[in-house]
Amino acid sequence: MSKRFKSILTPIIAVLLGIIVGTIIMLVSGYNPVAAFTALWNGAFGEVYYLGEVVRQFTPYILAGLAVAFAFRVGLFNIGVEGQFLVGWLAAVWVGVAFDLPRVIHLPLAILAAIVAGALWAFIPGLLKARFRVHEVIVTIMMNYVALHVSNYLIRNVITNHGDNSGPIHKSATLRSPWLESITDYSRLHWGILLAIISCFIMWFLLERTTRGFELRSVGFNQHAAQYAGMNVNKNIILSMVISGAFAGLAGAMEGLGTFEYAAVKGGFSGVGFDGIAVALLGGNTALGVFFSAILFGVLKVGALNMPLEAGVPNELVDIIIALIVFFVASSYFIRVFLDRISKKEVK
Amino acid sequence: MSLMDILIILVPSTLLWAAPLVFTALGGIFSERSGVVNIGLEGLMVIGAFSAIVFNLFTFDTFGSATPWIALLIAMAAGALFSMLHAVAAITFRADHTVSGVAINLLATGLTLFLVKLIFDKGETGIISKGFSKIDIPILKDIPVIGKIFFQNTYWTSFLAILVAIIVWFIVAKTPFGLRLRSVGEHPMAADTMGINVTKMRYYGVILSGALGGLGGGVYAQSITSNFSHSTISGQGFMALAAMIFGKWHPLGSLGAAIFFGFAQSISIIGSSLPFLKEIPNVYLLIAPYVLTILALTGFIGRADAPKASGTHYIKGNR
Repeated sequence: MSKRFKSILTPIIAVLLGIIVGTIIMLVSGYNPVAAFTALWNGAFGEVYYLGEVVRQFTPYILAGLAVAFAFRVGLFNIGVEGQFLVGWLAAVWVGVAFDLPRVIHLPLAILAAIVAGALWAFIPGLLKARFRVHEVIVTIMMNYVALHVSNYLIRNVITNHGDNSGPIHKSATLRSPWLESITDYSRLHWGILLAIISCFIMWFLLERTTRGFELRSVGFNQHAAQYAGMNVNKNIILSMVISGAFAGLAGAMEGLGTFEYAAVKGGFSGVGFDGIAVALLGGNTALGVFFSAILFGVLKVGALNMPLEAGVPNELVDIIIALIVFFVASSYFIRVFLDRISKKEVK
Repeated sequence: MSLMDILIILVPSTLLWAAPLVFTALGGIFSERSGVVNIGLEGLMVIGAFSAIVFNLFTFDTFGSATPWIALLIAMAAGALFSMLHAVAAITFRADHTVSGVAINLLATGLTLFLVKLIFDKGETGIISKGFSKIDIPILKDIPVIGKIFFQNTYWTSFLAILVAIIVWFIVAKTPFGLRLRSVGEHPMAADTMGINVTKMRYYGVILSGALGGLGGGVYAQSITSNFSHSTISGQGFMALAAMIFGKWHPLGSLGAAIFFGFAQSISIIGSSLPFLKEIPNVYLLIAPYVLTILALTGFIGRADAPKASGTHYIKGNR
């Protein structure tokens, strides 16, 4: 078995194990797994409306996944995607409600604001890591909560006068289009999916085809070797966090300018940032892998909403399956040992 | 309103909010001191909160007023059991500790809400009829001034938290078990050479963190929210993690940090009814724990260094 084949097989086995354990949980709790998975399938592909919602759902997943994956490739764990996503969302909506410009200027400006906000939010942990060697995991977790509370504060006190909702953005800043809505039976599908696909390409090109990308990957493989080879490790660490945050901020723009077209005070996290970790892990931290695993998670999440209606199974079952998939991918050591055993037997 | 009146409101409320953080942060210390990073504290609190509330709801008729305390034991057992997943993944299967912790959090929320819907057929449980309620501590409440501030209208769990912190400090700093635990977290190879079973010590560390995290969740749910829903535990586990770091991985330091964070949380809730404090925008109090933790890590408030081997896997025979 070649190494490449194994690296593709491992996530597939993890997904299968996740689904098997999910099925067992349903059987134990007295639900009908066949009905549940049929409902999930119908809820994702049964109608063109659902299909539109699936695409709408996996658009931010792709970007959040890219954000986590990009940092991972440089050896950093950006748990702060959620926070960068929230500030991106807020910045996009802020520009969306505050200005009144022609669409060709307004929409790009709002998207840019989200990217810059996310990048700046990620710059802080990057700088602290490079300058003070502070572990980025803890700082980004803390920054998530700071982002949550600060953006709630800004919505309440700056954007509105003690309101809980920013109100809808101007039509000139929206990512939605009447055409996309009409072909998908008025789902919330928007043009963001194009940006997400372009972002996948950017990540691949940047990492695999440029000198800068080579440096970033070198730092990820071995900081000391990279340093010895004359690369500026600190600069690359900061840069990778900034790019990662930019992807996360863009993911926020997808929600702010596409799905919801407003920003509201939140009691807790949206979960997109944490799902992004799952997406990146399952996708093996590559652009193409992220794309496909985001589709899988988008299908699961949107399809799950149909499960309580059609099969009477709580949609949280899908959250359990996603968590299990993360578990099995993380513990892929035992899957690999198992695969090694099999391939050794074949040789004999 | 005199200063005395303010303290009478503020001190019990601070300790009420701090207690769950103290327990959970102490759990985090056991895990991290053994070298296993535990981002899953939040999930362990969720499991603890869920099992305590469910147990309380179903057995109140049997156990009466002892129910909340027995529910805490159940929460500890559930947390310990659940943390085994993290232990197996992070220690035996060599999963990235942070990733496995994230999975614990995702799984805990998914599983508990699934079970809530399975058992109660709606998104939240009912309200428990007996949680931890305000009490006056006998004898101590009669001490002038201090008794009124610290020992009246307060909660047993607050004092239990302080007691447990002292016990944990004693275990970690003064017992052979604590020494082994710390050595495994600092330099596992040296510990192994001295005949300490690294894997076993790390399992102990993680399982203890599960028990204490579950305890923290059980205390929180039974003294503050009184029911279980998706929003019962929202960030307390991460705040406990922050308290652990701000306390520099030291049980008493973390106790202090947790009390301080409890203070910030309680002010952000009751602050509007107090003079001086209502002038401060809420947002500063809400973000204070997190910003302070970042500053502590950066070295502006005394440098906080994690145990040397935290987050690494110990593989026998590797250098």
